[in-house]
Amino acid sequence: MQLIECPWCGPREEVEFSYGGQAHVPYPADPAALGDEEWAHYVFFRDNTAGVWAERWMHATACRRWFNALRDTRTHAFLTTYRPGDPVPSPDPHPTPTPEGAANG
Amino acid sequence: MSTAPATGVPEHPSFLWRNPDPKPSYDVVIVGGGGHGLATAHYLAKNHGITNVAVLEKGWLAGGNMARNTTLIRSNYLWDESAAIYEHSLKLWETLEEDLDYPILFSQRGVLNLAHTLQDVRDSVRRVGANVLNGVDAEWVDTAGVAELCPIVNTSPDIRYPVLGATYQPRAGIAKHDYVAWGLARRADEAGIDLIQDCEVLGFTTDGDRVTGVRTSRGDIACGTLALCAAGRTSTLTDELGFRVPLQSHPLQALVSELLEPVHPTVVMSNAVHVYVSQAHKGELVMGAGVDSYNGYGQRGSFHIVERQMAAAVELFPVFARAHVLRTWGGVVDVTPDASPIVGRTPYENVYLNCGWGTGGFKATPGVGWCLAHTVATGEPHPYNAPFTLDRFVSGRLVDEHGAAAVAH
Ligand SMILES: Cc1cc2nc3c(=O)[nH]c(=O)nc-3n(C[C@H](O)[C@H](O)[C@H](O)COP(=O)(O)OP(=O)(O)OC[C@H]3O[C@@H](n4cnc5c(N)ncnc54)[C@H](O)[C@@H]3O)c2cc1C
Ligand SMILES: [Zn+2]
Repeated sequence: MQLIECPWCGPREEVEFSYGGQAHVPYPADPAALGDEEWAHYVFFRDNTAGVWAERWMHATACRRWFNALRDTRTHAFLTTYRPGDPVPSPDPHPTPTPEGAANG
Repeated sequence: MSTAPATGVPEHPSFLWRNPDPKPSYDVVIVGGGGHGLATAHYLAKNHGITNVAVLEKGWLAGGNMARNTTLIRSNYLWDESAAIYEHSLKLWETLEEDLDYPILFSQRGVLNLAHTLQDVRDSVRRVGANVLNGVDAEWVDTAGVAELCPIVNTSPDIRYPVLGATYQPRAGIAKHDYVAWGLARRADEAGIDLIQDCEVLGFTTDGDRVTGVRTSRGDIACGTLALCAAGRTSTLTDELGFRVPLQSHPLQALVSELLEPVHPTVVMSNAVHVYVSQAHKGELVMGAGVDSYNGYGQRGSFHIVERQMAAAVELFPVFARAHVLRTWGGVVDVTPDASPIVGRTPYENVYLNCGWGTGGFKATPGVGWCLAHTVATGEPHPYNAPFTLDRFVSGRLVDEHGAAAVAH
């Protein structure tokens, strides 16, 4: 099982966490100004990166706090986790090599 | 039939189609040689006489989700739009073997969708009513009826989630996914369509709102019309094209047991306990459940998902406790917010999209191939795929099968 590093509790098994999808999607600054198209994009459209992206997790069975992670969706490997409000870290200088074919779909 | 006499075994697939090099240009280029791409090619030739077509596949033919799914076929969806396209597909399944002149082991052994709570019962009875109004065969069976149709289901009232009844679709069933792909590929190849393997689409050449060609690992190929059938990897292509699609790609896993004597006569699905099981022709129990929660392109998932689906299986079928897992695997499925597919127009005039089938697109293979071929050939969506626009996420005309109890697989 994957270990996920909770920024407060340390490494715990994946079953303790729930997933929150793409991170850093802010609520619209001026909601009243948005048209249908923009609302649709806020509500329904997210990036679907094949590679390293920032996503949200919640430590559901322990501290119950949300945090962010950089993870490579091709290998599923976590690069780093960080607290909400912290700047997005630059991706790991030693990313896990992606075996050719692991990104096959 | 191209079966070896008396064996029922189809010819080795590598002799069923040529393995051509790409030509510089085609009228239609289909990206993705899974079930949907191959079915689209087949119906372009058969229904529309369009054969200057290439199917470009980055790996080997039908090695993606087509090779990895659990082959459940049914049409008992709640909403009119879904019932129409899935029922169209089911009708095509019923004659596909003759159409392809190739054995596909389509077995209409029926599907039971179990209800375990009062709310499940209400939702199920509602869905049966909707199905009947849409001409889809469906009935509600009580607990005794479940025990009669599938004696190995634990129908004791003393379990954590007792079986209160089920919806039953007798015409539902399973088919042999590889044979389906090979049969479609053989027919498309016979019609003169080029099935090109090891050919990954990496980018596009465009001219205003038209795509003029694809850049591939085997060189540039010009196209008149482009159809995207790349399932879990669709967003990687639409990102290149510069428009967004509301898809999230998730791992979806399944597993099989060792070969057993026939014990399981039908297909059983339970959304509440969350597992579904059938027994393949060879004898292995085939099981699946839901997606892994996180986005992932790795064609594998986490072990606890497999553990949970086995716990659910043993809860429902105590007789499985002594079976052994032979193999587990994963695919990459493209999930939409309303759990319905996107089939139709894009911001590009000559590019059509087919994606978002998520955990349940195998059953749609002939149906969507038929509709997408129509869309490509005429430039207009077929009535069955017309509701499944990309634009519905802006207009709000969703086809929300998520809450509709019957959504998975
Ligand atoms: C474990 C599992 C169980 C499932 N169970 C069921 C079920 O019981 N019933 C059901 O109805 N559905 C089921 N599904 C869903 C079903 O498999 C899919 O919805 C369906 O196969 C998708 O259509 P396809 O066959 O065309 O996809 P695929 O076979 O995935 O085809 C897409 C193809 O596109 C290729 N491709 C991608 N990008 C590129 C590129 N850039 N260039 C060239 N080629 C590219 C891929 O390599 C792949 O071969 C299941 C899926 C999984 C993973
Ligand atoms: Zn924690």
